[in-house]
Amino acid sequence: VAVALGPSRRRSDSVLRWRIRHQLAFALCWSAGLALCAIAVAIVGFMAYKGAQYLRPALLVEHPQPGLDQAQTGGFLDPILGTALLTVIAILVATPIAVGTAVWIVEYGRPRWLARVIESAIEVVAGTPDIVIAIFGLAIFQLPLLAPLSFTASGGGVFGRSFFAAGAMMSLIALPMVYGSTREGLLAIPARMREASWALGKTRICTIREVLLPQVRRNVATGATLGMGRIVGDTAVVVILLGASLQLDPEGNVPGVNVLRGTGATLTTYVYNTSPAGEGNAPQKAYAAAVVLLAIVLVLNGAVALIGRRS
Amino acid sequence: MRAPWTDQQAERRLGAVACLVGLAVLAMVAFVAVKAWPSLAHNHGVAWLGPGGNPDTQLGAMIKTGQHPPAAAYHLRAWPLVYGTLLTSGLAVVAGLGFSLAASIFIVEFAPAPLRAIVVPAIRLLAAVPSVIYGLIGILVLAPFVGRHLITEQRRHSLAYVVQLDGTSLLVAAVVLTVMITPIMIAIVVDALRAIPPAWTEGAAALGANRWEVAWTVSVRAARPAIVAAAVLACARSLGEAVMISMVSGSRAFAPNLLDGVSFVFEPVRSLAATMVESADAINAPAVKSSIYAFALLLLLSSLALSIGGYIAKLPLRRQGMRV
Repeated sequence: VAVALGPSRRRSDSVLRWRIRHQLAFALCWSAGLALCAIAVAIVGFMAYKGAQYLRPALLVEHPQPGLDQAQTGGFLDPILGTALLTVIAILVATPIAVGTAVWIVEYGRPRWLARVIESAIEVVAGTPDIVIAIFGLAIFQLPLLAPLSFTASGGGVFGRSFFAAGAMMSLIALPMVYGSTREGLLAIPARMREASWALGKTRICTIREVLLPQVRRNVATGATLGMGRIVGDTAVVVILLGASLQLDPEGNVPGVNVLRGTGATLTTYVYNTSPAGEGNAPQKAYAAAVVLLAIVLVLNGAVALIGRRS
Repeated sequence: MRAPWTDQQAERRLGAVACLVGLAVLAMVAFVAVKAWPSLAHNHGVAWLGPGGNPDTQLGAMIKTGQHPPAAAYHLRAWPLVYGTLLTSGLAVVAGLGFSLAASIFIVEFAPAPLRAIVVPAIRLLAAVPSVIYGLIGILVLAPFVGRHLITEQRRHSLAYVVQLDGTSLLVAAVVLTVMITPIMIAIVVDALRAIPPAWTEGAAALGANRWEVAWTVSVRAARPAIVAAAVLACARSLGEAVMISMVSGSRAFAPNLLDGVSFVFEPVRSLAATMVESADAINAPAVKSSIYAFALLLLLSSLALSIGGYIAKLPLRRQGMRV
């Protein structure tokens, strides 16, 4: 009989010989893990099925129209554009701030107490519900000072709703993810890299720019992609700060800027409003838009995995 | 060409950028508190939280009070909403805790490597699904199922004078919320279980403990602080869930009554966050606005407290030198 060498625990530790209580617990753990898999598969499978049923290419390029009959309410071109525009604005605002903050905290971080305060501030932002961030944004963008950045009523009332407002607040949602990922990357760079650069007479900022930042590019990309996933999937900020109007609704007459000052919708609010919970009860449209939304989120998720695997 | 930054300039400029984030948090607390003040002041502080009447009708009445509402117009008793928030989050966290603990042990201790390579991405996917999609599935699939198959005619009749039972309910909200917060808890618990020094588990195995006993008596016990932290952070997440709850919970400021027996779980609720989303249309009425900011302040302070709680809960692990 061969003497078991190496990991022989498995053979002697057969589940069949355990006490019944332990076997039950073992079965419970297995079923919990498999149940989660089943839920994930069920959600994706169900949405794919609904997509095959209701998603038509025409829906992607038609403007939405108000109407009671689902056959006449058009597609969801505007919400798709809204999602894209909002994501771009928010990530363009969030990335430089997050990277700058991470660099300062890791590479300078003096005075120490200030660095600690800022680190906790980012934790607080990460833990704040999106709806609270949205309502905070409303308070800021309704200030008369910022009125030119948003939709203004004919009577002069400032609504504080625009792509500017929503994008700024969305950047606050994406910021902790970009920051966390960049910080991890910077911390993982060995000290000798910096020391070698300093020894060659480079200043700290030059080291950061030419040695450190190129190395954390991948981390920044991961964080930005994760942040984009959060932005694309967020509903509350859009409902409160973008107005969730059916079509893009430009404000003023400067081309380009008027869209940014105007209100609009994203896929999330389109799904919200066309579901039975919203005003326009059109479940087929809601399913179709939700499939597109889920596909975008899955692609972003896949991108994160891909970026992670290359390193 | 621009002269390159000197070190001092760079430090100051990057520091200023970092300070922006701190300022944003300060501004958030200040703005929300100032805007919430009228509602809290006119309701005598603590009474604001108490029971008394239906917040839906109270908010409805506020819309009609015009641009310069009298003090009496701010009357609000938010208890049904607070109760709804506590019920949905509480049920979801309790259910999610057991679920995520079992799943985490499965991932770390029992799952064969090929299976683990499927389970982990599946859980990451569950975490990435937007809440509006959970809400859509809840309202179009789960709620009709509950309404048709789980609520008996007799039960519907017995409560017909109190509230209409149509499937959108506390039960659906709690179930969907459980699925949403479980991935968050699993991520934290799995990290902690992985960080257990192998010497501890190997020691237990050498003493004759089987794999379950090793997992339960050594790993889970050592990771207890992380489990508490997971529960606390998941609680913070579920307090702030607005859109999904507003879609599936029946969206009425109704306080489910435990005396109704099993019907309790089929009754509609609405959380604070969901109320905020739904009242967004009426926000130009000053009284409604102040009430909404008061809800926001309550959520902000609770999530702040829970974040600190999560940090404190993890301290024992840090002291042992684990990175969590």
